[in-house]
Amino acid sequence: MINDIIEMFSNDFMIRALIGGVLVSLCASLLGVSLVLKRYSMIGDGLSHVGFGSLAIASALGSAAPLQIAIPVVIIAAFFLLRLSGNSKVKGDAAIALISTSALAIGIIAASVSGLNTDINSYLFGSIIAMDKTDVIFCSVLSVFILIIFVFFYNKIFAVTFDENFAKATGTKAGVYNMIIALLTALTIVVGMKMMGSMLISSLIIFPAVISMRICSRFKTVIITSAAVSVVCFLIGLIASYSYSAPTGASIVVVNMIVLLIASLIGRFVKKRK
Amino acid sequence: MGELIKCTDLAFSYEDVDVIKDLSFTVNDGDYLCIVGENGSGKSTLTKGLLGLKSPDKGKIIFSDELKKKEIGYLPQQTPAQKDFPASVFEVVLSGRLNSRGLRPFYSKKDKMIAHDNIRKLGIEELMKRSYRDLSGGQQQRVLLARALCAGKKLIFLDEPVTGLDPIVTEEMYRLIDDLNKKDKITVVMVSHDIQSAAKYATHILHLNFEKSFFGTTEDYIKSPLGQYFFGDNKVYSEV
Repeated sequence: MINDIIEMFSNDFMIRALIGGVLVSLCASLLGVSLVLKRYSMIGDGLSHVGFGSLAIASALGSAAPLQIAIPVVIIAAFFLLRLSGNSKVKGDAAIALISTSALAIGIIAASVSGLNTDINSYLFGSIIAMDKTDVIFCSVLSVFILIIFVFFYNKIFAVTFDENFAKATGTKAGVYNMIIALLTALTIVVGMKMMGSMLISSLIIFPAVISMRICSRFKTVIITSAAVSVVCFLIGLIASYSYSAPTGASIVVVNMIVLLIASLIGRFVKKRK
Repeated sequence: MGELIKCTDLAFSYEDVDVIKDLSFTVNDGDYLCIVGENGSGKSTLTKGLLGLKSPDKGKIIFSDELKKKEIGYLPQQTPAQKDFPASVFEVVLSGRLNSRGLRPFYSKKDKMIAHDNIRKLGIEELMKRSYRDLSGGQQQRVLLARALCAGKKLIFLDEPVTGLDPIVTEEMYRLIDDLNKKDKITVVMVSHDIQSAAKYATHILHLNFEKSFFGTTEDYIKSPLGQYFFGDNKVYSEV
């Protein structure tokens, strides 16, 4: 078993997948706690579809670096979705569904017209060999940034997540924190999409947060548990996908799903004992 | 008895409809002001104005020097997302101190002491380590009230604090607020639907009623045409 794992990581691409994946899981799980609690979970899903659409169009137009085009588009979409959720004319959930299916449809058309089928498949469902050196560097910078923000602005993030109105009324600029969270989510999604696939990347945001909320009752422990669960599930999923040559993204989601079931059982048991 | 808040000739609109016009009132130190009025009379709009989340179309809201914006405690209406929020009671109460931190990222010992004091004051010590989402509605309101006291000890602003509480807990909540006002000399501004209780506890009433709003002491309010509708011998409301 140990020898298998050592052999597995003797490949360069596996090392990159390992480092990049751990960092993306970490970022997504931290942001996820705030997003899930604010009822913004679907924003992650919407953004990943927008990411797919813009990547497909960029590749179809023959851009050498489709990610550089996808990043600004997804960031704009993030701000837009955030505003929509605050605005009551079109209900947030419907607006997100409209945007994500539209982006997906446009992306698929662009891809099939230009005939880029292999790339598209890896954007949709992810690929373990997709992480290149630049992605790993990008992930490292992003996660350092997110960690700094979560340590130094922890109390503000708590206040804004728990009660935006109170935070605003007592002089905290809640809007700025929402924007920062949206911006970081957009970046995490675009970079994580390559490995997880745009169909599955939002699971990294939602699952760890929901799992940790099942078993923890304090905000601080929810955040820490969420990060730990996310990284551990990623590692198990990565090793399993390599050993059984299963798709990486899907394997990670299945591991998360199993952990959620176990956490729900534990959560119920603990509550009964109280 | 200093003036804490002075509003003159306020006008607010909501989605391009004027809801409040020529409204003037003052809140003095130690007052217990209840803002009442029907749905759509501008209670929430005025609330936003007083909290500085919306600026008036006309008129001025002047806060006294001793009552900087950062010294107002606020008890907002609960959002559905909050009801199952995984946070300990202590974490929630302590977050009321955030406004006094400025850019400093962590809470000091003094902040924690103030949070403890307010938890004790509201009699929720035994809940301190519990999770907010496991509490009853009345307990959650007490926790949020403790948080409001952490944010400001001079004036607290309560937005329909008894919504959704059962009659016994409602009465307890009113007594608690009354105690804070009388014993701890905290000025209270409360938005409420419940005119009967407002008249029972408040020293002053602001009844928003479009062009004919009432502002004055509770005694005068009961004698006024608006008050007579609720407390007098059943006048028809449209005559008011």
